[in-house]
Amino acid sequence: MITAAPPSAAPGELKVIEDAVCTFCGCVCDDIELTVQDSHIIEAKRACVLGKAWFLNHSIEDRPSCLIEGKPASLEEGYDRAARILVEGKYPIIYGLSDSPCEAQRVACSIVDWIDGTIDTTTSVCHGPSGMAFQGVGEVTCSLGEVANRGDLIMFWGSNPAESHPRHFSKYSLMPKGMFLPNGRKDRTCVVVDVRKTKSAKAADIFIPIKPRADFEALWTLRALAKDVELDPEQVLRDTGVELSVWQNLMERMKAAKFGVIFFGMGLTMTRGKHANTEALLALTRDMNAYTRFVAKPNRGHGNVTGADNVVAWRTGYSFGVNHNRGYPRFNPGEYTTSDTLANGEADCAMTIACDPMANFSQPAREHLARIPLIALDTKETPTSRAATVAFTVATYGINTGGTVYRMDDVPLPLRPAFESPHPSDFEVLTQIEQRVKTLVGVTC
Amino acid sequence: MPLEYTKIVGGTVYDPANGIDGLIRDLWIADGKIVEPPTDADAVVSKTIDASGLVVMPGGIDMHCHIAGPKVNVARKMRPEEKRKGEKLHRTKVTHSGTMGSVPSTFATGYKYIGLGYTTAFDAAIPPLGARHAHEEFDDTPCLDKGFYVLMGNNHYVMQSIQRKEPERLKAFVAWLLSSTKGFAAKLVNPGGVEVWKSHQAGNVSGLDSKVDHFEVTPREIIRGMAQAVDELRLPHSVHIHCNNLGMPGNWATTLETMKAFEGHRGHITHAQFHSYGGGDADENTFNSKVAPLADYINSHSNLTIDVGQVLFGETTSMTGDGPLGYYLSKVYGGKWFSSDTEMESGCGITPIKYKNKSLVHGLQWAIGLEWYLMVNDPWRVVMSTDHPNGGSFLAYPQIIRLLMDRTYRQDILKTCHPMIRERCSLGDLTREYTLNEIAIITRAGPARILGLKHKGHLGPGADADITIYTPHENKEVMFELPRMVIKSGRVLVDQGEIRDTLTGKTLHVAPGYDQDMEQGIQDWFEKYYSIRWRNYPVSADYLHESELVPMGL
Repeated sequence: MITAAPPSAAPGELKVIEDAVCTFCGCVCDDIELTVQDSHIIEAKRACVLGKAWFLNHSIEDRPSCLIEGKPASLEEGYDRAARILVEGKYPIIYGLSDSPCEAQRVACSIVDWIDGTIDTTTSVCHGPSGMAFQGVGEVTCSLGEVANRGDLIMFWGSNPAESHPRHFSKYSLMPKGMFLPNGRKDRTCVVVDVRKTKSAKAADIFIPIKPRADFEALWTLRALAKDVELDPEQVLRDTGVELSVWQNLMERMKAAKFGVIFFGMGLTMTRGKHANTEALLALTRDMNAYTRFVAKPNRGHGNVTGADNVVAWRTGYSFGVNHNRGYPRFNPGEYTTSDTLANGEADCAMTIACDPMANFSQPAREHLARIPLIALDTKETPTSRAATVAFTVATYGINTGGTVYRMDDVPLPLRPAFESPHPSDFEVLTQIEQRVKTLVGVTC
Repeated sequence: MPLEYTKIVGGTVYDPANGIDGLIRDLWIADGKIVEPPTDADAVVSKTIDASGLVVMPGGIDMHCHIAGPKVNVARKMRPEEKRKGEKLHRTKVTHSGTMGSVPSTFATGYKYIGLGYTTAFDAAIPPLGARHAHEEFDDTPCLDKGFYVLMGNNHYVMQSIQRKEPERLKAFVAWLLSSTKGFAAKLVNPGGVEVWKSHQAGNVSGLDSKVDHFEVTPREIIRGMAQAVDELRLPHSVHIHCNNLGMPGNWATTLETMKAFEGHRGHITHAQFHSYGGGDADENTFNSKVAPLADYINSHSNLTIDVGQVLFGETTSMTGDGPLGYYLSKVYGGKWFSSDTEMESGCGITPIKYKNKSLVHGLQWAIGLEWYLMVNDPWRVVMSTDHPNGGSFLAYPQIIRLLMDRTYRQDILKTCHPMIRERCSLGDLTREYTLNEIAIITRAGPARILGLKHKGHLGPGADADITIYTPHENKEVMFELPRMVIKSGRVLVDQGEIRDTLTGKTLHVAPGYDQDMEQGIQDWFEKYYSIRWRNYPVSADYLHESELVPMGL
């Protein structure tokens, strides 16, 4: 197991962590230089505004590592209680995982296997529709270094990296002087398609404001133009809110590009059409490969949501929304995805890891979660941990603990922790719970 | 503490590496290894396995399959439809649950291999940037020793070193890359062709002497340069090559040129079946077998070995590091398609496919695979593979064994195929039947030797105690699909199809020595073009869990 420990230092002494990995967003920048004094990071060189906030505001939570029904308890009691809750449940669910290292995600998958439970990640509420579209049409994609070295037409669709992934432009997509783009930004054309003029739109050479909820129609307009299908200009304007000539011009640029890239975000996946939108975008990208090289890539949010997709997939064959009630994995988004399982009143106990459904799920889902025994692992107090029967305060991955995370393009990176936490890691908590679960259900491997 | 012994008595042993062809022998096991019978009269025998009337072989070795890492996992995500209707693996007291289909989940992969009597497997195509991922999956793929081959045939540094005629730099890079990724061997996939694909619509190289633009090298130069580097480094396994033009009618000429390009260096041509086609212009009517001239060349050149990449009829998933091939297949089949280009290193293509016995092309592919087994004279130089899952699942190995050992069965299947197949290949005229000893060679002793694994593929003292015991049966498919017992590292893991015990298994890797002064040049290049940091690239020893460093050959 990967257990890279933070370097030790005398009290007050400054230490420097080079090439530290930031897990705030899916860019997972691995070039951060942290200066650490005692239990504080005092400088985070090269980090963006979000990364700086992530590193510099981090402090050790002054709260017990374990609370049972709101009262401080020993970790041992917490592990025992958590294991009992999970084993006694008829429909236990485990949810979250996107801000945990792969090592912890793997243990969570084992637990869910031993309890015949359901496992789901925050993918189901962000790029889950992309995963479903992927199952339908596949994907033509590349690693982010390919974008930096080759991408001469960079499109952002329903994605606003200037605010969500601040180093996206400078590190991967727009500014880098790549192998085949020696002049960096000057060698690239940037197109933003969105329903409003985002901060990213200001960085674009061409901004195409489309009608809200018209992504599907806009993408199919482009698919038709790619294949020289004649379109009715009035209908295109009516359906997409954009003149046909604008789409024609874009298609000419797309065909003329040497290596086109479309990054897409939740503006596409979580609006009307959902997975059908993504399917249209992935199909358009595929179509474009009949004319030139073209790739697409979702701009993933959480630091290790891509790792969660990978771990759950290699363990079960499916990347999210996986149910083991029959003793083997089954996949059905809309049924085994946590927001649905809860809103339908089906789960009878839950364990959440590094997520806060009490803050962001629908009211029926929250109401049900409040009614059932809940185990919550988080680095800080949240509405979910406040509602938990057993709440563990855990160390923060990438700052206090090591492990593996996957960048949004599936590149795995090792974490380089900065300083120790008095709290256990989520890996440790889950491992302790798993051991007890195995004893209770009689698993011996 | 005195050693505790396990003894297997009375079995009919097939151990071709030690010249034992169906003789009754006892085997002694201690500490996970096969040992000499103890001379001490007080030796503690903690377990005796009566193998009277049973066949005993070393554990199987799959030297070319796709079981872990980025592209395998993408294929799992992409194909939910297979799993819903596929076999379900329930969790038990000793095993995890899993899913099947053509790309089983990690635990399912381990359980199914060991259930088949295979104890070692090598993933054949890992992009270095995804090496850490492959190691993570290996840790969740139990019951097997495993390793992987590192994709190098389109690596920019490799091409640059060859272009500049700097063989020492190339050697250092190959050694550094294998050590950094904790890989086992160097793999070339469509050398040069994937780089062309990255920068041109439907781009590819056309043959051994096409130029790769920007790098001004040819596939022939890449093959020759890499073969020399690998031999000079004395890597346990030769260069492992997926030739250019896979699947194309008329590609046999490219394959023959590839064999020549090794110029006497060691070389392993993988999934040779996919590279042995006559005909041309993508015209189905001209498609035919060219195994005969290629097998002749193999028979007369002892530096070369092959594995077959047998096609079986049915549905599967094609997955390859050959990006342009993935594009080609996606157009042929019209289904979903995944492609991913990895910076500086490699490509990838995945698409669902189906081999139909009524199709002339598919039937010929099936026949061409069998021809390879039957037309290479020396069984030590031909290895059983389906290129899992590309030609079919590894679970088809028992069926292939039957096809090789039973010519009547072979002819019966041939009759169900397209009638023109007999005219396009010589399978109908081949009467050779494999013996059990030859099966033991092409499934364990041979691959162990080709991989340079001295402690695997045989049952002599010092070998890993990886042993499969079969119940003899006239129908060899029945015999091989359900071993009586499978022993891994001295532990009985499978008893009559039931998994009784599990272990993680070792990761087999190499760390060749190299001129450390060369590393600065690699770092300068790396920092210029990669999107991750130099220090975050090498896979640390923490990821190896149980492992074994395989030494360089002599």
